[in-house]
Amino acid sequence: MVDVAFQSNRTAAAQAGRRRTGLRNALRRKSMAAFLMTLPLILLIAILVLYPAIYSLHLATLNKAMTKFVGLGNFEFLFKRETFWLVVKQSCIFAISAVVFKALIGFIVAHFVHNVPANKQRKWRGMLLVPWVIPPAMSTLAWLWLFDPSYSAFNYTLSFFGIGPIPWTGDAMWARFSVILVNVWYGAPFFMIMYLAALKSVPEQLYEAAAIDGANWWQRIWYVTLPMMRNIIAITTLFSLIVTFANFDIVRILTAGGPLDHTHIFATWAFRVGIEGSDIPLGASVSLFMVPILAVAAIFILRDITKRGNES
Amino acid sequence: MSTVTIDKSGPTRKVKYGSMSRDRTWALRWSYFFLTLFAIFSLVPPLYMLITSLKSSAEISAATNPWWVYHPTLSNYAELLTSNQFLRFFWNSAWVSIIVVTITMLISVPAAFALARMKFWGSATLATGVFLTYLIPDSLLFIPLFKMFAVIGDWTGVQLINRWYVLLFIYPTLTVPFCTWIMIGYFASIPKELDEAAIIDGASWFQTLTRIFIPVALPGLIAATIFAFTVSWAQFLYPLVFTTSTDQLVLPVGIITTLIKGDVFNWGQIMTGALLGAAPPLIIYAFLMDYYIAGLTAGATKG
Repeated sequence: MVDVAFQSNRTAAAQAGRRRTGLRNALRRKSMAAFLMTLPLILLIAILVLYPAIYSLHLATLNKAMTKFVGLGNFEFLFKRETFWLVVKQSCIFAISAVVFKALIGFIVAHFVHNVPANKQRKWRGMLLVPWVIPPAMSTLAWLWLFDPSYSAFNYTLSFFGIGPIPWTGDAMWARFSVILVNVWYGAPFFMIMYLAALKSVPEQLYEAAAIDGANWWQRIWYVTLPMMRNIIAITTLFSLIVTFANFDIVRILTAGGPLDHTHIFATWAFRVGIEGSDIPLGASVSLFMVPILAVAAIFILRDITKRGNES
Repeated sequence: MSTVTIDKSGPTRKVKYGSMSRDRTWALRWSYFFLTLFAIFSLVPPLYMLITSLKSSAEISAATNPWWVYHPTLSNYAELLTSNQFLRFFWNSAWVSIIVVTITMLISVPAAFALARMKFWGSATLATGVFLTYLIPDSLLFIPLFKMFAVIGDWTGVQLINRWYVLLFIYPTLTVPFCTWIMIGYFASIPKELDEAAIIDGASWFQTLTRIFIPVALPGLIAATIFAFTVSWAQFLYPLVFTTSTDQLVLPVGIITTLIKGDVFNWGQIMTGALLGAAPPLIIYAFLMDYYIAGLTAGATKG
């Protein structure tokens, strides 16, 4: 009897307690549910992104057979190699010039599309975005064929203007130009579409006010459009800088780093050394050199995003 | 060039308004002119793929006008589409992409919902973390991942390297952070009243997600799906590192490693293969362009 009474007493107490702490329980359930919903994401990031990122730091300190700890030996070795400095130089040339041209072309094209009457914009946008939609590995093959040394469609066309055959991928300078050209072709539509979205968000009244004040075309761009688009321009450029810097497929397919390693960038050289040359630690060390640049860009992007979040 | 039309209807009246409308007419003409130039620049490589794919190898090596097909033939298509290898690549690509899209959606939609709506300890940090993960490129991770999977193979005897399904583990690292990021944005734009009403009516969090958020955010979901598909279809570095046997390759790697034999380039077939490989994303894009662009501008994609 006593036992039963005690039990019922306890359930009653529990019920009362549940009513009182209902809110707290709901909150606990909520955070539990939220935790379960994000768990796969957390696991994925932890196991397949964070762990390998840290693991590559460890790999970079091993010798070629991965049996011995060599500390900074791999880096020491890299600094003494001329190819490494070529790769550093080429990565910077490639990323900076490609991003600058992409941004310029994207800005100009977005402006033109914005000028066109709204009902015709869709057609133009569609055509101009095509390079971005085709897998880069596929479109780079088309470029490789356009650049072909013996049957090059470009050289055939240029010969009509009396411009001699250009060794598109055979000469160091032209090979650099070619990989940048293909990267610009592939990436400019992204800028175009981002800038177009930004342009659409600039209120028309600002332009009218500027026009009434007698601003010319150049002044309208400089004092109205650019300040309004500053955030989007900054964030798109930083994004693109990260991706261009880490690019792989275009350079790999077009020149495979050649001629004489003059077009290697970090990713392609890391592949050459790490996978093809089966010196995994050295490859890991090479790709780690991308981290400082990525980190700096990421910090700026984050600052921008939190700033935007605070404004809204 | 045909688009640079001279507008004959308006000017006589418009000129009365002064120089501004005349400026606008000229600005429009210049816009069309430059847009045509840029469109040509954009479309030359895909068009050249198409032109070459219709030529026989004899015509390609005859060094005639490369921009014109004198004797169009479908032999390249027939040869590729009947070769087992090519079909194998195509199906590998299709399976990998479809499964990866499914995995991505299953992981990122609930996670984005939790991050956008259920404020919990560390949710803001995690959202930022997702965003940062999305900035880590594949070219940084391929070497440690390769070594990791090799070690797993040594320890457990489960051979993952050189199997197409290893890509199912790896591709989500590219697609999930980015789709989650897009979906957080879409979910955050849904008015709070909607889910508050649902919770008051006694719906669980899961029901709120499936009955309210998913239907309302369907455009965002479509955008994320398209992206996940295009990203997995276009991946080149990971399959190049992780697969080598001909029957395990996906399309981009397959075309490059099997159709290019040493210095011999069978351009007719390579271009046909490249065009067929570019077709699925292009077709999806032709029908769902607006979703694609919406996703692009919402998520600030890689470029």
